[in-house]
Amino acid sequence: MTMKDAVGRFVRDGDLVVMEGFTHLIPFAAGHEIIRQERRDLTLARLTPDLIYDQLIAAGCVKKMIFSWAGNPGVGPLHAFRRAVEKGTPRPLEIEEYTHFGMVLRFMAGASNLPFLPTRNYPGTDLTSVNPLFKKVRSPYSDEELWCVPPIHPDVTIVHAQRADEDGNTQVWGLYGVQKEAAFASRKVIVTVEEVVPASVIRSDPNRTIIPGIIVSAVVPEPFGAHPSFVQGAYDRDNDFYVAWDAISREEAGLRKYLDEWVHGVPDRTAYTKKMAARREALQADRQMCEPVNYGF
Amino acid sequence: MADYTTSELMVSRAAKELRNGDVVFVGIGVPSLAVNLAYRMHAPDLCMIYESGAVGCVPTRLPISIGDPCLVTGSLAVVPMLDVFNLYLQGGKIDVGFLGGAQVDRFGNINSTVIGDYRKPKVRLPGSGGACEIAALAKKVVITIANSKRTLPEKVDFVTSPGYLRGGRERESLGLKGGPELVITDMGVYHFDPETREMVLESLHPGVTLETIRENTGWPVKSAPSLKETPPPTAEEIRIVRDELDPQGIFLRKGAQG
Repeated sequence: MTMKDAVGRFVRDGDLVVMEGFTHLIPFAAGHEIIRQERRDLTLARLTPDLIYDQLIAAGCVKKMIFSWAGNPGVGPLHAFRRAVEKGTPRPLEIEEYTHFGMVLRFMAGASNLPFLPTRNYPGTDLTSVNPLFKKVRSPYSDEELWCVPPIHPDVTIVHAQRADEDGNTQVWGLYGVQKEAAFASRKVIVTVEEVVPASVIRSDPNRTIIPGIIVSAVVPEPFGAHPSFVQGAYDRDNDFYVAWDAISREEAGLRKYLDEWVHGVPDRTAYTKKMAARREALQADRQMCEPVNYGF
Repeated sequence: MADYTTSELMVSRAAKELRNGDVVFVGIGVPSLAVNLAYRMHAPDLCMIYESGAVGCVPTRLPISIGDPCLVTGSLAVVPMLDVFNLYLQGGKIDVGFLGGAQVDRFGNINSTVIGDYRKPKVRLPGSGGACEIAALAKKVVITIANSKRTLPEKVDFVTSPGYLRGGRERESLGLKGGPELVITDMGVYHFDPETREMVLESLHPGVTLETIRENTGWPVKSAPSLKETPPPTAEEIRIVRDELDPQGIFLRKGAQG
């Protein structure tokens, strides 16, 4: 399926949408398509909103954000996020805030069909007093009281991966982040991949499959679809872009200009990639192959 | 005396907190440099874990973020973040965590969420990330931060990551173990009084006076009876940091403070 069709069919106005990937495999191409199709009133959840949610906020797609760390990793603040929270532009942004552990547990509770998950974390932090969804429970086996978080059930989760087969059996190597839990928590799952491979490739190395085709609604071949984030074994993080984003996004006008040129100004990721051919070349990953293993019996 | 920057002094001091065999939760900037320095100097069996899920990392370039692909290549394991927090951190396997923040108060509580009121923030900061759980669940925590009235107020605007809360036994009474062990600033090094749990100055960096510290700290800070001078980095430590760890000066020559 094309990105245009997948977003058109499975992402609706007002949806709770998750685009995961912890620094690695961030589905930027999908985010850009959501901006192009002008989705509105989305609730976005993600541990680290990163540049992708900063762009969606600036484009006016977002009503609410559920998150745990809203910065430009290794660079500084997210300016569009800060403007929305501090000044309410382009529209006020409702926030619901956790920590990384809390977000991971919310996805796991959703994926496991449980009403909550407890943790030893959170005594003493002020986060529990500004977010009423943190609640305490007493252990039925001891006197211990533990803080809990509720499940999250996204309408749609979008993840990017190195490869999948046509049925959406999806393989990832390198940092896993929380993609598996987010996908299992979600009503619909869109997988975008560097490469669609024959099922025989997946079956040759089943331990590497993190998302099974049985929960996937759409598979989108989208090489370079995670740029400016990275894909282990394919391309490095475009750190110059993360640094440049600070200046691009500092004023609303600069950010608007970026979206006009690189999102609205291109029809799809193929055109974006062509426009960025030299960068892509420079970011190409080195080869470092693993030892094959024997799956025989 | 070898010429060195304050950041290099902080890196060298932080590295001395690490023992061989420690399992360390690493952050970017001064913490990353300190851990890599300790690994090369005196702790070859140290195990680096990043919250992105890379375990036993041997980065061949300076990691730009906690999810840098160089942390994966050659590592001992890559695990889902659920495992990082559930099994490694909550499971009690992390000996030392490094934290920074916008504010640290006299009882070692850290704010990285908001300056001013949460609902009407003067400055909205990134938030906890994994900091709250590291502060709550690591066996000990080392904090690095600039030394000023703004960054070291008597009370933080928002407790993102718990230290000793209001001091004394409050942290233990809530079921939390561990706690901050050391605060390393650009002016001195502080430990925590075992009874009151208040930050106490234990050493001054070369050239810094007690008066300067008092002018730049948000409460009348106490100093240890045996106030020492922080040992400057050795020539070998400076060589490793400059030639091997941060040859482009990404974190250290531009005045970054972690």
